[in-house]
Amino acid sequence: MSVFAPGGATDHAVPLLEGAGLSKTFGIVDVLKDIDLTVRAGEVHAIIGENGAGKSTLMKILAGNHQPTRGELRIDGKPVSFAGPVDAEEHGIVLVHQEILLAPDLTVAQNIYLGRELGKGLALDDRAMNEGAARAVRDLGGDLDPNAIVSRLSIAQRQLVQIARVLLVPHRIVIFDEPTASLTPHETEALLNVIRDIRAKGVGVLYISHRLPEVKEIADRVTVLRDGRLVASHETSELQPADMARLMVGRDVAKLYPDRHAAEARETVLNVQNFDVPGYAQNASFNLRKGEILGFAGLIGAGRTELMEGLVGLRPGRGKVTFRGHPVAFTGVHSSLKAGVAYLSEDRKGKGLLLTKDLRTNLTLASLGKFIRGFQIDRQRESDALDKAIEDFDIRTGTKNILAGQLSGGNQQKLLLAKMMLLDPQVVIIDEPTRGIDIGNKEQIYKFIASLAGEGRSIIVVSSEMPELIGICDRIHVMRAGRIVGEVEGDHMNENEIVQLATGVKTGAGEAA
Amino acid sequence: MNAVATDTTKAPKTSKDWDMAAIAPFVALALLLVLGYFANPNFVSVANLTNVITRSAFIAIIALGATYVISSGGLDLSVGAMVAFVASLMILFMNSGAVADPMLMLITAMMLALILGAACGLTNGLITTVGKIEPFIATLGMMGIYRGLTTWLSQGGSITVRDRELQQLYRPVYFGDVFGMPIPIIVIFVTAAIAAFVLYRTRYGRHVIAVGSNEEVARYSGISVKKVRTIAYIIQGLCVAVAVIIYVPRLGSTSATTGILWELQAITAVVVGGTALRGGVGRIWGTICGAFILEIVGNIMLLSNFVSEYLIGAIQGAIIIIAMLVQRTLMRK
Repeated sequence: MSVFAPGGATDHAVPLLEGAGLSKTFGIVDVLKDIDLTVRAGEVHAIIGENGAGKSTLMKILAGNHQPTRGELRIDGKPVSFAGPVDAEEHGIVLVHQEILLAPDLTVAQNIYLGRELGKGLALDDRAMNEGAARAVRDLGGDLDPNAIVSRLSIAQRQLVQIARVLLVPHRIVIFDEPTASLTPHETEALLNVIRDIRAKGVGVLYISHRLPEVKEIADRVTVLRDGRLVASHETSELQPADMARLMVGRDVAKLYPDRHAAEARETVLNVQNFDVPGYAQNASFNLRKGEILGFAGLIGAGRTELMEGLVGLRPGRGKVTFRGHPVAFTGVHSSLKAGVAYLSEDRKGKGLLLTKDLRTNLTLASLGKFIRGFQIDRQRESDALDKAIEDFDIRTGTKNILAGQLSGGNQQKLLLAKMMLLDPQVVIIDEPTRGIDIGNKEQIYKFIASLAGEGRSIIVVSSEMPELIGICDRIHVMRAGRIVGEVEGDHMNENEIVQLATGVKTGAGEAA
Repeated sequence: MNAVATDTTKAPKTSKDWDMAAIAPFVALALLLVLGYFANPNFVSVANLTNVITRSAFIAIIALGATYVISSGGLDLSVGAMVAFVASLMILFMNSGAVADPMLMLITAMMLALILGAACGLTNGLITTVGKIEPFIATLGMMGIYRGLTTWLSQGGSITVRDRELQQLYRPVYFGDVFGMPIPIIVIFVTAAIAAFVLYRTRYGRHVIAVGSNEEVARYSGISVKKVRTIAYIIQGLCVAVAVIIYVPRLGSTSATTGILWELQAITAVVVGGTALRGGVGRIWGTICGAFILEIVGNIMLLSNFVSEYLIGAIQGAIIIIAMLVQRTLMRK
């Protein structure tokens, strides 16, 4: 392997961090087997792999959360072993978690200094902490008031706070665990710049992501894990995203998006006129045709989710909504589901599924009325429905008696889809259908969406991933700051056009209104 | 109690965690029976046990309602005061002579108690759901109101059933039996069976668990969270009314101090029974078991000379804390 060290870093032979033959066994399951890995100063090393490939276990070993069953860790060529995360931090290895782990009621500065507050005698030195926090955020190219309460910040801003907090620890290696999972393209680009700056300072970066184009852009080297084994490790320049996908899945991913015939001009199923969701969306008007897949693009905070939640009655909203020729005003999910409009939340774990309940309970929760015999729930019919859902939606689970929270993200999304499809809705609104889902499951979910449309149902897909909208939608509406600012269709469906509308570089027809 | 608590955590680890949490209260009950036998062999006599279970009826039945409220994610601190309030109104009605025929009067009074209980529950429910006030504060306030109204109704004294004939007619509801089985025990098991059926087998029961487990998921699934919670409070009110109906014939009177600290005992029974205080898990038979455990602990203290019976309140307070610790240990696995 050639030594490739951008950012002007040294090219001495001893890597900053080295793992040799790292293995981890839980019970009798080999989660990781013989992983050799090096991180050099001043490089970004990406780890990619499907869910369950062993990425997070590897990260937890490097960050001191787990001890390897076999194998050795070396720093500067010297063997080390970590008693815990704090021990790893003392060796200069810090981890930026995928989830935002901040205290929502505290300020930016209070969060950044949480657990290592600066003090003057017995009192806290708020001024020093505020200055330090402002500086830390500025170093990351951000601009935040250190006195701002975290719960009022956007997801991207919170992530910046989280990164600032981690980087306050003296560090030589930073591990990013899927940092862009909930960021828009614009925010992602800003984060990649932050990572480039960190690299330029000679720090070693380990970068875990599902988003292959992004990996191609940022990483110097790529290591691919599959089923707990290292299947390839290459210079990024030698690989295209398609090669990475093939290595991850272990076969050719011929096509991620299903073939679809452009929907002919068919009758309108849902017509929305001048819909307002106070504080989030204004004056939204659109039309959804039978058998159509309509996309909603935009930056996070553009009001897409809130508009959909307003439509189905989850939030107060006003406007003229016509569904299958009749004016409707949904007062809650109860009424929208009954009419045949289903909404699948972007927050699967928080709003979609009861994670501590079994699959059967989750599947039938929204349609229990169909499983009542006399006064009782017919458990046999519920079990039959679960069997059918597992088959129809290819929900992969060893046993049917597990909790929804134990399923992988992709299988949770399939279960949620199956749950809503039990109601046989004519309109299905899916918010971020593939967030946090690996490529194999993504492909399947796109196929399900396409086949639902093929059955004559109308689908709305809200997504921050433009390639997926372009890949599966017939038309895409773009929202910015609570308004629908444009529609792209056919040849105009490209990322450039959408980004320009979403960021306001280009103004669309809707803006005059 | 310490011995009991530690032993339940050591129950065989053959099955899954949630099975352990479900079995734990019954193991604790069995151990208590053994402990009781060693403390005083008379303890396990049929006569003594029937007596103990009969006396647990009020708390057991109220705790059934509390199981609904708690597993739907709520809390009701007003049940003790509600008992006093509903019982006072019931007796005042019986003393009013509004219905001449004693049998008819009794039936009307019982219906009135049920209606009053449901109305009190509805009030609690609406304040927490529509009024959007934390259940703790809302029912704490209602506890003061029910208690204060009772004190006012009784003018600080007691309210007694005056009609002798009516008293005689009503007496068997607490003191009577059917084929040797005391009526309060029958009432416990019948209400528990109904409660278990509704919670485990019906759509409403599934909704209670869903709302308590994750309110947002329930809302996004088209379930009316407010309706489910309000009905849970109404069920609690009805359970209080049933408890009142078997409580009034016992003494034939109420006072401003009737039902004091019953909310603590009811919540303790629920938690000891394995229902999660944060909602989402409801165990009806566990609750019944919890109520028995509370009464049996008191009984053992009375029959033995180890501990002064004046410490009963302190022991009950300790039980709820120990039960929470055990529950958490079982859930962590």
